[in-house]
Amino acid sequence: MNKFLTSSLIVILLTTNVVADTDGLNSLSKTSKPVKDCFEKLNRATFKLNQGLDKVIFRPVAKAYRVLPSSVRGGTNNALNNLSSLITVPNNILQGEFKIAGINTGRFVVNTTLGVLGIFDVAEKIGFSEYEKEDYGQTLGKWGVGAGCYVVLPVLGPSTIRDTVGSFVNVLGGDPYYNASTHGNNEYLNDQVYMTTKVISGIDFRAKNLDSIDNLQKNSLDFYASVRSLYLQDRQQKITNSNPTIEIMYEGDWEEIDSQ
Amino acid sequence: MWSKKILILLTFVIISFSSITKSYSIEADIFIQSVVNRAAETLSGNLTKDERIEKLKDIARETVDIDGIGRYTLGSYRSKITDSQMIEYKFLFQEYFLKTFSSRLAEYSNPEIEVVSKKKLNENYTMVSSILVSTEQRPEVKIDWRVSTKNPDNLLIMNLVIEGLSLARTQKEEFSSIIQNNDGDINALFSTLKEFTK
Repeated sequence: MNKFLTSSLIVILLTTNVVADTDGLNSLSKTSKPVKDCFEKLNRATFKLNQGLDKVIFRPVAKAYRVLPSSVRGGTNNALNNLSSLITVPNNILQGEFKIAGINTGRFVVNTTLGVLGIFDVAEKIGFSEYEKEDYGQTLGKWGVGAGCYVVLPVLGPSTIRDTVGSFVNVLGGDPYYNASTHGNNEYLNDQVYMTTKVISGIDFRAKNLDSIDNLQKNSLDFYASVRSLYLQDRQQKITNSNPTIEIMYEGDWEEIDSQ
Repeated sequence: MWSKKILILLTFVIISFSSITKSYSIEADIFIQSVVNRAAETLSGNLTKDERIEKLKDIARETVDIDGIGRYTLGSYRSKITDSQMIEYKFLFQEYFLKTFSSRLAEYSNPEIEVVSKKKLNENYTMVSSILVSTEQRPEVKIDWRVSTKNPDNLLIMNLVIEGLSLARTQKEEFSSIIQNNDGDINALFSTLKEFTK
């Protein structure tokens, strides 16, 4: 029943999202379109709530986490990255990147075995190429689904309708780690282990960005708008997998500054 | 005979002069490495925080096209404001830029940046790629620099792209959000800038 409800929600969200963005343009130009902040008032309120939670809970926890030896934090980060490849590989395949899917599968096998459940990034040491995470939101973007509106989710933070739908796919069978934890019938994994992993992943992210987020907040005239801009740039960059940056896609903006 | 000598001398003077001029124009990657080294020297030196900030501001004034970034940051409002508003904006933006720039950098002590490569985008701009070497506290960070090569003898930094995220673009969208949330009134941006730089 739960699964049916989630699937229906995804279909509805995706349909409205596709309709909202359907204009006959190809996917590349679609990803370049500015993403609308349709629920800005609500988003700003949720953002404020998240900032409050961050101040009281996440930031202090992240600060404490940073006190741990760097080898412990490094190992945790490696293990989380290793788990994320369970989502990355199916998305590599869905995006038609079969060679990268093969490399990432090899990386997962090597790091889970020789790297002791991913704690050591052995694959990197033996010359595997740099690991790039992929998720279902990125795959939808690659398939030409527009971002839809920008949304700020309670606790989870910035997203778009497309990326939120993408996250739902994880709990609908798209994340093997979630499947093994919730329906795996094994003695090692369960719902709590899965949730703990997600919480640690959040703390790890916050700890890695402690200084840059503090700095951004201190130097922003409108912190909400800065975070929105950075999140959307980051997603666009990840969807187009552009190298070196999307900066070059907007070259015209720079040429204009002298002509006006 | 004399006219031939004069002609040779003149040619020699012209060639020497052009080669002297040329020797002053440096490559974009070397320019960035030298700016970075200057900043790193300031950050790791034995200076108080205020002295550091003043030195960083001097470096920014010399090496960054602050007016150009200010024009970019205004986006579509650039063509909608009056000349007197533009003069006021230029002044406010410079104050704002120098304050945020120095405050952002002053937090770092002894940053190690290695320039990796450069890519010419067109006649006016070159992107220089660099890496901020990792420390115990943070991983390695990729930083790309947009360098204006409009005047080859005076290269200027136009933008910083950190891990693919453009600072100028973020600032442009932030400014635009402030103006939009105040019914398109540019004066709202001016008062926010004034408040911030107070």
